[in-house]
Amino acid sequence: MRVPILKQHSYLIASIQSALTDDDLLQLRDDLVAQIGRFRSRGAIVDVTALDVMDSFAVRTLRGVAHMIRLRGAQTVIVGIQPEVAFSMVQLGLTLEEVATALDLEEGLAYLDDQPKSNGRHGE
Amino acid sequence: MAKQEEATFIQSAAESPTALLRELVAHLRQNRTQLREEWARRITEAGLLTAMSREEVFAEATTVYDNYVAVLETGSVEALEAYARDLSERIIPRGVETHEVLGIVLLLRDVLARSLFKKYQSDIALLNRVLDAYEPAANRIANTVGVSFVQERERVIRQQQEAIRELSTPVLQVRARLLILPIIGVIDPQRARQLTEQLLRGIRSNRAKVVVIDITGVPAVDATIANHLVQAVDASRLMGATVIVTGLSSSIAQTLVTIGVDLAKMKTVGDLQGGIEEAERLLGYKVSRVGEAPAQEETG
Repeated sequence: MRVPILKQHSYLIASIQSALTDDDLLQLRDDLVAQIGRFRSRGAIVDVTALDVMDSFAVRTLRGVAHMIRLRGAQTVIVGIQPEVAFSMVQLGLTLEEVATALDLEEGLAYLDDQPKSNGRHGE
Repeated sequence: MAKQEEATFIQSAAESPTALLRELVAHLRQNRTQLREEWARRITEAGLLTAMSREEVFAEATTVYDNYVAVLETGSVEALEAYARDLSERIIPRGVETHEVLGIVLLLRDVLARSLFKKYQSDIALLNRVLDAYEPAANRIANTVGVSFVQERERVIRQQQEAIRELSTPVLQVRARLLILPIIGVIDPQRARQLTEQLLRGIRSNRAKVVVIDITGVPAVDATIANHLVQAVDASRLMGATVIVTGLSSSIAQTLVTIGVDLAKMKTVGDLQGGIEEAERLLGYKVSRVGEAPAQEETG
């Protein structure tokens, strides 16, 4: 299933609705990294609230997305990691280091709003 | 079962063990009052069941005696098992020890055996057969009572452990979006896991942004526990919450540095007060006393 990416002012929101295959994840990565440049967005939010499992590939891919987006001059926030998911992630040593995380979409938007508006981006 | 083999062996000696047991039971029923009193006296003499009053000991002794004889008669230990469990449930909270329970059952076995010796002492062959029938049944009873008692005790211990775990890990909200988690007592891996789970659920339900974990009440920290703490911190961060750890005593700090646990990722503050102040700062609160200029920092 292809993950829909919504554009909200200067941010992109990718809301994952169901379990994803590895191909879906790579597709999401390609789409996000491409669109962050096309829309001159300041930040991207990946909402994983619906996921009850995050395997190492998913975590690695999301971390890759965050780093790629940073290289393109924007910020990424992963939001909505569930308690059980967070617990099993740290047990597997998957801690998403250097990637911003927030409780839910609202918090993620607040986090991005707090970031300094640099890099010549102003969302259109 | 060994009893079966003995049964065939004794059967050839004309009297079946069932008949012998029946005779035995009749004898024990007949001398109930006297044997029971003898038993209660021996219990007191041996200094067992001191937590119970004389009347209570006598009442329990009566029930145990009747149950004991009934089991000898029917060979069914289920009723005795149920009674032993029920008895254990009543006496464990009063501090009755395992050796006391085993002691009184063995005493009863002894009292009854003595009475059998007395009755059959003229006929050694018959006495042998009677004991052959009596001993396995008596052993089984002692075994059943002992096992039931220990099982009940273990059940109580498990229940209490669970209760302690539940009680000792509150996740409290002090301000909107600020939680504190005071940890008291020894942390084992199971408790650490439960703490983390509760913390994460608390973060979600209270929409917490900052959590203060206070470990003033933790006597010692080793590498495993330190890793559990790091895990709790990492997991909280994945849910968008910052963790501040407070109350590391000097000895704990020394241990951690000596064993080389990397706590660089952890925000630590000296005591709970400092931790809460730091958390308030992170959340943008400014606490000031009424009447004081808000800009003025409170000292002390």
